Amino acid sequence: MLSVKHLLGIKDLRKEDIELIFSQADEFKEVLSRPIKKVPSLRDITVANLFFENSTRTRLSFELAEKRLSADVVNFSASSSSVKKGETLVDTVNNILAMKVDMVVMRHASPGAGVFLSRHIDAAIVNAGDGTHEHPTQALLDAFSIREKLGEVKGKRVVIVGDITHSRVAISNIYCLQKLGAEVMVCGPTTLIPKHIESLGVKVEHNLRKALEWCDVANMLRIQLERQDAGVRYFPSLREYSLQYGLDKKLLDSLSKKIVVMHPGPINRGVEITSDVADSDQSIILNQVENGVAIRMAVIYLLAQRLPRKVM
Amino acid sequence: MKSGIFEGRTERVKARLALGLDPTEKMKLIKTNFIFLLRLITFAASMRQITLIDSKLLGLVINRLCHQLIENHDDFNQSVIIGLQPRGVLFAECIVEKLRAIQPKSEVKYGVIDPTFYRDDFRIHGKPLIAHHTDIPFSLEGKRVILVDDVLYTGRTIRSGMEGMLEYGRPASVELMVLIDRRFSRELPVQPDYVGKSVDSYDNQKVKVMWKKDGGEDKVLLLTN
Repeated sequence: MLSVKHLLGIKDLRKEDIELIFSQADEFKEVLSRPIKKVPSLRDITVANLFFENSTRTRLSFELAEKRLSADVVNFSASSSSVKKGETLVDTVNNILAMKVDMVVMRHASPGAGVFLSRHIDAAIVNAGDGTHEHPTQALLDAFSIREKLGEVKGKRVVIVGDITHSRVAISNIYCLQKLGAEVMVCGPTTLIPKHIESLGVKVEHNLRKALEWCDVANMLRIQLERQDAGVRYFPSLREYSLQYGLDKKLLDSLSKKIVVMHPGPINRGVEITSDVADSDQSIILNQVENGVAIRMAVIYLLAQRLPRKVM
Repeated sequence: MKSGIFEGRTERVKARLALGLDPTEKMKLIKTNFIFLLRLITFAASMRQITLIDSKLLGLVINRLCHQLIENHDDFNQSVIIGLQPRGVLFAECIVEKLRAIQPKSEVKYGVIDPTFYRDDFRIHGKPLIAHHTDIPFSLEGKRVILVDDVLYTGRTIRSGMEGMLEYGRPASVELMVLIDRRFSRELPVQPDYVGKSVDSYDNQKVKVMWKKDGGEDKVLLLTN
């Protein structure tokens, strides 16, 4: 059984928890390949998907996972809610819980929103991204995809390229990969790499070619254009970023070995990676999306086992 | 429990002997005490374990079950064998292996199913329900399915296994084969069609099926706590 009641971040998980999630995700992947892609396990559970920040892929993925476990699902997005009317987070969630919801999947712009909520409500909480803090299910599905492609994660070298400073995917990935025994490097312009990131035990490299020569897997993070436009400019232009840190087919083919290319999506084609790289046989981007549903099913299934059972 | 049986008994016997009973009365007393001793020994033995099936008998049982299957299913043209995860699979493998040895020409289709996601005790016992692998690489539509498990007890696992199985098509018929049938302990109306051995057991007892390929010895034990 999982050692935690909520999935707030990878940092709280033990290696055994991650392995348990993976072993169950294997079985759910099999379920997803059946003609009837649904199991009745969570018939008595209601899940609320609270997305205070925009998301397409993650929300769809969670919703599919919940529906394939036969849970009831209610959706909520901030743009069409009373958050705009000034309601606090705890009030919003308590109102939703009053409608008998057992589990909350939440994405929020503030780091630590999930942790805060877990202290105030009874339902199990799954963090679907909280600001620049963590995005645990993304890290789990990334590591799961590496395990699927390369056999195991232990001993593999993974480089995370791009905007590390603002990336919850990067932080969760670092924790997750390290717990599973992989070596992690971050690569990007100095402005996008947080100071003292070495203290997490990762290598830092500013030259993309060197980083790619070192690694087995390259996880190319999305450049968050909305941050670039917001005023602070972390690099002179997208074109310059793309020249320095973009991965194209020429660079990929010139490497001494075949590396695996990942991307958490959505892709800015021609910025982080070019189209021919994204669609090449070395890319496992669509496998990541596919595995996302299985991983989220495993997480929700395992957390639901820890919920108290209601008897009439 | 032991002390409860003994309590005051020796004193009572001594006292009654001292009263100077007649010889027939004495004999009767010795006899009842002898029977009491015998009971105690069997009780002590049952504390440990009883072998229900040893490795030689297991071979015979598997052989018999296979011939019963062939009697009903002929060349397995329309029949498939589905083992229930996790422990039933070990038994099912033995059956399939034997069937293939007896009838090398007939292709015996074999799959495994994990009933975990269909169980009715999800979140009841407080212990986690961890899923195992399901692998049914063919459709069950119109097939005659033989569901195989090692021990049939309450019948709940079989029910969940059957529910899971139906996701792979609508079988023409479903039969159940078990190595051990723990009679009179059913909580659901489930009856096996092929039985290795039927046993009467109490709820505090446990049937343990061990396999050589699982790192033990081929045998079935009845354990009492």
